[in-house]
Amino acid sequence: MDIKNIYHIAQRAMGAQLVRLNATASNLANADNIASNPNDAYKPVKPVFETKYFDLIRKKGISTVDAVTVQKMDIDPIKEYKPGHPMADENGFIYRAPVNIEEEYVDMLEASRHYQNNVEVISTIKALMLKTASLGK
Amino acid sequence: MNNSIKQQFDVYSNALNIRNKKNEILASNIANASTPNFKARDVDFEVELARSLNNGPLKTSSSSHIALTTKYLPGKVQYRQSINPSVDGNTVELAVEQMEFAENSIRYQTTLDFINSKIRGLLGAIRGE
Repeated sequence: MDIKNIYHIAQRAMGAQLVRLNATASNLANADNIASNPNDAYKPVKPVFETKYFDLIRKKGISTVDAVTVQKMDIDPIKEYKPGHPMADENGFIYRAPVNIEEEYVDMLEASRHYQNNVEVISTIKALMLKTASLGK
Repeated sequence: MNNSIKQQFDVYSNALNIRNKKNEILASNIANASTPNFKARDVDFEVELARSLNNGPLKTSSSSHIALTTKYLPGKVQYRQSINPSVDGNTVELAVEQMEFAENSIRYQTTLDFINSKIRGLLGAIRGE
């Protein structure tokens, strides 16, 4: 999809940041998940951002960003020895989701900050365009 | 001097064009503030304006030629030298970009104010007030 104007740039960037916020929310919601085997354990997801340029030769410098995919992080679940646990496997182990809560918080703050910046860009540009449209009045 | 009123506004329209382009590039930088390996870009307003003033409209030597409607041709976009480059290869510094965007918007508004007072002046002259 090509970039039509400056609203489009900010709009798609906000969309990408929303994907990031969704991924963070999903990670935080599943932070305490327990599974009885390592393959079933929840793995944190992270979006992959990619710059989309307005022109193929990248000469004009106008670009926006898309969250192209959301990938599962390649980390092993936390193995814990809890023989009495109802979810424990035959050896008495449970597998916790390896979600780093601090990291997710920082990600969430950064994403919301960037989202706000894009909102600010849109409202500034809107005010400037309205002023331009009413020139000479 | 058949379009002298147009000439009065030429420099302002060029300035607005460049300011608008600069705003789009800064918005792109802000949009890509968290994209790995993105390099921030910018245009130099003074250089671009000087260039736009030197570029006359293309001469038409035949009636079938199409005259350029604008004097301003898109120019050179440069990469920003970052103060604190980050590990992921991204050179966008939000504070810098926000400051540049705010300054550029204010300068855009100032140009609009100049145009408004020019319009008022010309209207006054036409009406003989």
